[in-house]
Amino acid sequence: MGLLRELWQALRGALENLGDVVLFLGRLLAYTPASFRRFGLIVHQVYNAGALSLVIIMLCGLFVGMVLGLQGFDVLQRFGSEESLGTAAALGLLKELGPVVTALLFAGRAGTALASEIGLMQATDQLAAMQMMAVDPIRRVCVPRFVGGIIAMPLLAAIFSAIGIYGAQLVGVQMMGVDSGQFWSQMRASVEVRDVMEGVIKSCVFGVSCSLIAVYEGYNAIPTAEGVGRATTRTVVISAVVTLLLDYMLTAALL
Amino acid sequence: MRHARAIEFSTGLFALLGFAALFFLITQITNREIHFGEAGYQLLAKFENIGSLKVGAPVSMSGVTIGRIERIEFDSTEYKAAVTLRIESRYNKIPDDSDASIFTAGLLGGQYIGIGPGGSETYFKDQDQIHFTQSAIVLENLISKFLFSLAGKDKQDSQGAEAKTE
Repeated sequence: MGLLRELWQALRGALENLGDVVLFLGRLLAYTPASFRRFGLIVHQVYNAGALSLVIIMLCGLFVGMVLGLQGFDVLQRFGSEESLGTAAALGLLKELGPVVTALLFAGRAGTALASEIGLMQATDQLAAMQMMAVDPIRRVCVPRFVGGIIAMPLLAAIFSAIGIYGAQLVGVQMMGVDSGQFWSQMRASVEVRDVMEGVIKSCVFGVSCSLIAVYEGYNAIPTAEGVGRATTRTVVISAVVTLLLDYMLTAALL
Repeated sequence: MRHARAIEFSTGLFALLGFAALFFLITQITNREIHFGEAGYQLLAKFENIGSLKVGAPVSMSGVTIGRIERIEFDSTEYKAAVTLRIESRYNKIPDDSDASIFTAGLLGGQYIGIGPGGSETYFKDQDQIHFTQSAIVLENLISKFLFSLAGKDKQDSQGAEAKTE
């Protein structure tokens, strides 16, 4: 009997959490159109989430592309079709690795910054102070960060994929000796605009989910040093799990 | 103020880079030349079997891509595959007795339609039908034909050997 009740409590807690997140998302979305009137705030957050993540995204994109070039070459040459390396690398990057790895890096680089910033604002009563001045903290603090994250993510993913393809070319063509013309022409022949769009749609969705989780965790952080630390950790863990879960669902839907 | 400008500058730079990357991915990585509206004219060809021909596959003449496959349907009156081709309008001098065949690019490549020019003096117009068509070669049929011919030959050989021993 006790076990059943505990299970019920756990389920109830999880549902309550989920409902809370959904309501929070609703509030964010309701304020989103109005937030574009103060575009400066959003620009600032695009800078925080996007421009500051640029170096890490480019570096990781280059290395992921290079690894893809190396692994792809090794597998493909067993079938004697190393000319398809361009196609394999481009499709892998555009459809999967670009959006997913960018989202994971975004959660680690920008998501934690968001969560700890808002959590610290909460802990130092800055949000309460705003409320005292009749400024809605969700409107002033959360929405610009949420929108900034959504704008930044697809751009970051596109940069990641483009650099990754360059990295694959670097290894495949320059080091392993795949014919450069074959590499590009095979890629061009078999990659379609749809594939690029699939990546863009995915990264937009990941942008929404990662920003939402970061802002939500920060906003609802327990206002202590430990609570803020915990919120930051939860942001990374939940973002990673949700990203991979959504990735499967989106792939199934878009394929 | 100077600080704020710097933020806007690097945000702008980031956005520019992002869109440049997106533009690069769409124009350089894909085969799609961006064209506005539908250009060219349509031809219809009916095949017994189209194999794994796909919408968007190239239509080529002497190896040059002159159009793409726009639509593939099943014609339930003739029990054939009805393939609509869109040919670029600058290739408007294709003789109307030309034939269309389905080929495979490479060993494992995708299939495409090759058009062999005929000798007629009149040319295809929009919505015309290509009457001479050759279906895709289905690998399984080819292999089974080959195997059956082998088996037939074996039988003949063994019969010949039996006749000799008698």
